[in-house]
Amino acid sequence: MTFAGHYTYWMTVVLMVGGLYIVIARGNLVKKLIGLAIFQTSVYLLYIAPGKLIGGTAPIVSEAFKVYSNPLPHVLILTAIVVGVATLALGLAIAVRIREAYGSIEEDQILAVDRAEEDRA
Amino acid sequence: MMAALTIAIVVQRNLFSVVVLSGVYSFLMATVLVALDAVDVAMTEASVGAGISTVLLLGALYLCGGEEAKPLRRPFLPLAVAIVIVAALVYGTFGLPAFSDAAAPFHTHVVPRYLIDGPKETGVPNVVTAVLASYRGFDTLGEVVVVFTAGIGVIALLRTPRRKGGKEKRK
Amino acid sequence: MRSEVVLRVVGKLLIPFMLLFALYVQFHGDFGPGGGFQAGVITAAAVIFYGLIFGLPAARHLVPDWVVETMVALGVAIYLGVGFAGLALGGNFLDYFVLDPNPVEGQHRGIFWVEIGVLVTVTGVMLKIFYMFAGRGRSGGSDQ
Repeated sequence: MTFAGHYTYWMTVVLMVGGLYIVIARGNLVKKLIGLAIFQTSVYLLYIAPGKLIGGTAPIVSEAFKVYSNPLPHVLILTAIVVGVATLALGLAIAVRIREAYGSIEEDQILAVDRAEEDRA
Repeated sequence: MMAALTIAIVVQRNLFSVVVLSGVYSFLMATVLVALDAVDVAMTEASVGAGISTVLLLGALYLCGGEEAKPLRRPFLPLAVAIVIVAALVYGTFGLPAFSDAAAPFHTHVVPRYLIDGPKETGVPNVVTAVLASYRGFDTLGEVVVVFTAGIGVIALLRTPRRKGGKEKRK
Repeated sequence: MRSEVVLRVVGKLLIPFMLLFALYVQFHGDFGPGGGFQAGVITAAAVIFYGLIFGLPAARHLVPDWVVETMVALGVAIYLGVGFAGLALGGNFLDYFVLDPNPVEGQHRGIFWVEIGVLVTVTGVMLKIFYMFAGRGRSGGSDQ
């Protein structure tokens, strides 16, 4: 349980909670989406950091190297990155539509408009 | 440095600078990934995170307005939740194997087969491409379908009538 | 006025290199980092760059809407085509070794076509999303 042995995990935790904090504590929709993106990148770190072997090299097999870093998380995270940008694009499209329907992308103002419509209905 | 960037993103209210900071964050993440020997992933993260994401965010900002409003209440509850989660996760990491431990099950379960048999069976030295396109080709099919669905979703959401900026029917 | 000239000249110099680099990343993905996704994103970025400098109508003229929409679906179709070709030739779905008498060559072919499918879809989707976001005007509503 050394510091150097677990430093990457703690950095992952810090970034993860930072992204989570942005999602739950800020009301602007675009900022929430950026917080979600930060959360996702921390998960990439979580998977790739344990794959690294000190003294290894990138997992491209060639004659000169004997030790390779683990290629399996690279594959999974490649998929995850592309899915993440797809999520971001869809989220931003919804935010743009919300802006056009409600006139704002702040959570408080949107809820106020909704409540006012409910009171009227 | 990335933690400092995250705090800056949290605090900043001008959304344009937040978008620029997130681009910087993506490039830093790509650098960290290169240091961790993940070159394919670093290239994808740099191009997707700092390229496409930034363009999309700027486009959305242009359509949505660029300032964040001041929060109405003090964020005590989210801060408390965040601290509790940090404590729980750090406690959880004590059980994980140390950095660069070659005997961890992570490295010995199925990976030696990919590293040794991959180039022989597929003739492709880049093991990541071999696994992505051949050994785990189904997952890549799913990913392509997800990208396709995202494209269709954006088309369905943002389709406008012929007039530019025309009014949509309010539900 | 002067900065616009700089952007146009630099753009005209850089965009062919970006497209060439995208092709290099795509085909060299077997021997170095790269592959379909990175190449697709770089191609889309080249066309987006063109659109940012010369205006969206010019980009729409260069890569029309119907081309982009066809690309979105064509990539998935190519991928599924490779899968079904494996079925038709006697193996399971997405088996590559049946595509050629020499199984390693079959793997090469399968990976090649699959990566092309990925490239086409990723380029199409990224470009289409950019067109949708950039082509939408601000429709009223006051700024906060």
